[in-house]
Amino acid sequence: MIRTTEIAGLIRLEVALDLRQRASWAGMLLYVVSAVYVAFLAVKGGMGTSTWNALFWIILLFAAFNALARSFQREDAGRQLYLYTLVDPRSVILARTIYNALTMVLLSLLSLTFYVLFMGDHALEQAHLGQFLLAVVLGGIGFATVLTLIAAIASRAGNGAGLMAILGFPLVLPLLLAVMRASKLSLDGVAWSVTSTYFLGSALLDVITLTLAWLLFPYLWRD
Amino acid sequence: MKHWWWKSLAIGLLLFASIAALWTPLSPALVHVEPDRIAPGPMEVLVTGYNSNFSNAGSSISFFENDGQRFCPERTEVVDDRHLRLFVQVPGGLRSSMTDLQVGQLRYPGAFYTQELGEGIADRNCEEGHVQDGVFTFPNRSILYESIRNLHFHVPMWFTMIALMAISMWKSTQVLGNTSLDRDRDALAAVHVGLLFCALGLMTGALWARATWGAFWTSDVKLNGAAVTALIYLAYLVLRGSVPDAHKRARLAAIYNIFAFMLLVMFLFVVPRLNAVDSLHPGNGGNSGFSDLDLDNRLRIIFYPAVLGWILLGLWMYDLRRRTSRLNELLEQ
Repeated sequence: MIRTTEIAGLIRLEVALDLRQRASWAGMLLYVVSAVYVAFLAVKGGMGTSTWNALFWIILLFAAFNALARSFQREDAGRQLYLYTLVDPRSVILARTIYNALTMVLLSLLSLTFYVLFMGDHALEQAHLGQFLLAVVLGGIGFATVLTLIAAIASRAGNGAGLMAILGFPLVLPLLLAVMRASKLSLDGVAWSVTSTYFLGSALLDVITLTLAWLLFPYLWRD
Repeated sequence: MKHWWWKSLAIGLLLFASIAALWTPLSPALVHVEPDRIAPGPMEVLVTGYNSNFSNAGSSISFFENDGQRFCPERTEVVDDRHLRLFVQVPGGLRSSMTDLQVGQLRYPGAFYTQELGEGIADRNCEEGHVQDGVFTFPNRSILYESIRNLHFHVPMWFTMIALMAISMWKSTQVLGNTSLDRDRDALAAVHVGLLFCALGLMTGALWARATWGAFWTSDVKLNGAAVTALIYLAYLVLRGSVPDAHKRARLAAIYNIFAFMLLVMFLFVVPRLNAVDSLHPGNGGNSGFSDLDLDNRLRIIFYPAVLGWILLGLWMYDLRRRTSRLNELLEQ
């Protein structure tokens, strides 16, 4: 069912494409840095832990939309068709999802670094740091899994980023609420026993999303 | 009209449930006492009831109860069916700071804040009121009061919406097999009718929230769920609007619909359990559910027919909708 060699090859292809088009990664990073800087200019002065947390997740959410919108748009229809004749379409969606998840983990950790740099680390003083990082990583992976399928639908509809925002926002909300709550609790330094339900919930969402993407994608790529 | 029977069943159930929901009186209750604190000595207390029948001899007999110890009013003056004046000699030495009042069969727990406590009193042998007439009534509960009737309208809307969205998802899975435009039309019709029920559920809910919680919209998991549902299916309509080719539209919309419904089920049934403490809704976050109020199944007798009736009405509307849109398509060709 799952063809690992194909998937590994496709991930290598994605990496090669990204290395060739370094501008796209630079664009994603610049987007995050600009967003953080705008937040820094707008907030000015102190803010509480919950505002710190909320602002971080909003920035990360928009960064995710910006980063993942391109995942099905960088090839034209002809090259996609060529790809689907070479490999199982399911391998394509799995490879893209895995690659996007890796991208988002990297991007969210970088965003966190910039965010702490500009907005200060006062919110992290009492935090349970391991939990908080887990929430950030799980959030990044979750955004990637949900938004990859949405990006595929939006690009097939021929109306890229705008449609993706409309389709994607309500669908990432369950995940966003779960990880936001988990990260807020971990910033307050709450024990694992309390936050683990949120982590399990977001992991469950990821698994369901991935399964649905696996099942539905073969119907999506055809014209 | 070979399916006439379930349509008449829908009409019958809806008529029964709606009339019963609006017509059934609330059970009598004591709602107010003036003054609401007592101290040893002679007191005059004005009791206000709701739907009460104080002029009936048996239902104006009253006593006070403090930590299981009773004392009786010396004289009772019935003002009218809803008002009662009690003249009582409050004994010194009551144990608890909360004194209950019982008039007839009606109980008002913690009616009086009691001052100057002591070690207890000798129990008096008070006469108890008679059983009230056995009229069919709804539970009367503070904060809810008459708005309890909305249970039979607000909740069935969501049941119907979920049913219609599930039908839509089922039709969408059939679209994927052979890109059937007929099934796609059915899925769209179900979403249209489902969104109507979503709007009705939001409206009845907003009115109920204003009456009981004090605001039309609050930050509650179930309200977030309702808002997300509305957004998802509006996005579904936008997605359909942005694809001109009919077959491609059918397939894309079907994929989004299946994906969205699965995440919606997660959001409505899993996320609320993650942070149940946050919900203001009955039965969540430590709030008592309607089942606690409904000890003798009086609400259920009307609630279940209401749910079934609204779902059948939703199916009927869906059937009409898909048939008219099919006819419209044929007319256009």
